[in-house]
Amino acid sequence: MAAETGTIDALSQFQLTPVLGPIGAAVGFSQSNAHMLLAAGLITALIMFGMSARAVVPGRLQSLAESSYEFVQGLVVGQVGEEGKRFFPFVFTLFMFVLFGNMLGLLPYAFTYTSHIAVTFGLAAIVFVLITVVALALHGRKFFGYFFPEGAPLWLAPIIIPVEIVSYLSRPVSLSIRLFANMVAGHVMLKVFATFIVLLGGLGAIGPLVAILPLSVNIALVGFEVLVAFLQAYVFAILTSIYLHDAVHLH
Amino acid sequence: MAEDDGFEQRLRQARARQGMDPKPGLNGPLPASSWGVGFRAGVEVVSALVVGIVLGMLLDRWLGTWPWLFLLFFVFGSVAGVMNVFRLFNPRGGARKQG
Repeated sequence: MAAETGTIDALSQFQLTPVLGPIGAAVGFSQSNAHMLLAAGLITALIMFGMSARAVVPGRLQSLAESSYEFVQGLVVGQVGEEGKRFFPFVFTLFMFVLFGNMLGLLPYAFTYTSHIAVTFGLAAIVFVLITVVALALHGRKFFGYFFPEGAPLWLAPIIIPVEIVSYLSRPVSLSIRLFANMVAGHVMLKVFATFIVLLGGLGAIGPLVAILPLSVNIALVGFEVLVAFLQAYVFAILTSIYLHDAVHLH
Repeated sequence: MAEDDGFEQRLRQARARQGMDPKPGLNGPLPASSWGVGFRAGVEVVSALVVGIVLGMLLDRWLGTWPWLFLLFFVFGSVAGVMNVFRLFNPRGGARKQG
């Protein structure tokens, strides 16, 4: 629709529209929510059907389920330590949800729910509340010592404490902005180059030849976006584990 | 077996000398491409600045001291941003590196 008017409209892909007819409109059920449900269903199906065979020599689906499980488990245990095992379900859910959101968004006609800061900040806020509650539950009042490192001169306290508090509060913000910005930037670039293909393709006889250039860029970009989709889910999970490590061990 | 032990050690030293082993510690386990590191550092600074500014403005609105706390927390936000970047390269506490 962008190409018909001759302008590049890269942002309309992030607009929310209600689905499921009048019922969806009445409760504000958008395509973003629909994709979240789809991702949750796909993840559940992957684990349920993947593990239903319980074969000693895993088939394709089972080995996918097993390797994703082992990947996240290695990540959590490696970062948090043995006591981090109880946080495994949380990190695994988070990782799979972000990964499926990023990957589903790359399919044609699909919507990327991780491209909305409301979603990523919601996830990051859950992480933030969890790490704060875990640190308070495990260490009680000693948690507040986190904001003033031992051995620092006392007269610096009026500077160090606010700075540490701001730094601590900036964790969910940086966690959410990183994921959101990566997804938005990737999808805007894909859209811009896709519009170039259509615009250049309409330039008479030489058009289709020139349009090959943005087409090849887009092919490379799709591959790059698959990498970014995985990498950002990994970064989200590993930063969650690092914050959990800080909460459990409290330096 | 004696030559075995010596060989392993010499191999490790040679690899370290040539920089073939990834340096432990730097950047933790995160991917270390220069673009990735630059982007991460930028996000850390911006988010700390945003938190500082928002916190300052909220406190100002509550206490009616506009714009003094805003200015103060702007500075705190900048310092926290620099500290976040510093922590990116020097994670605090040594337990993570061994674990």
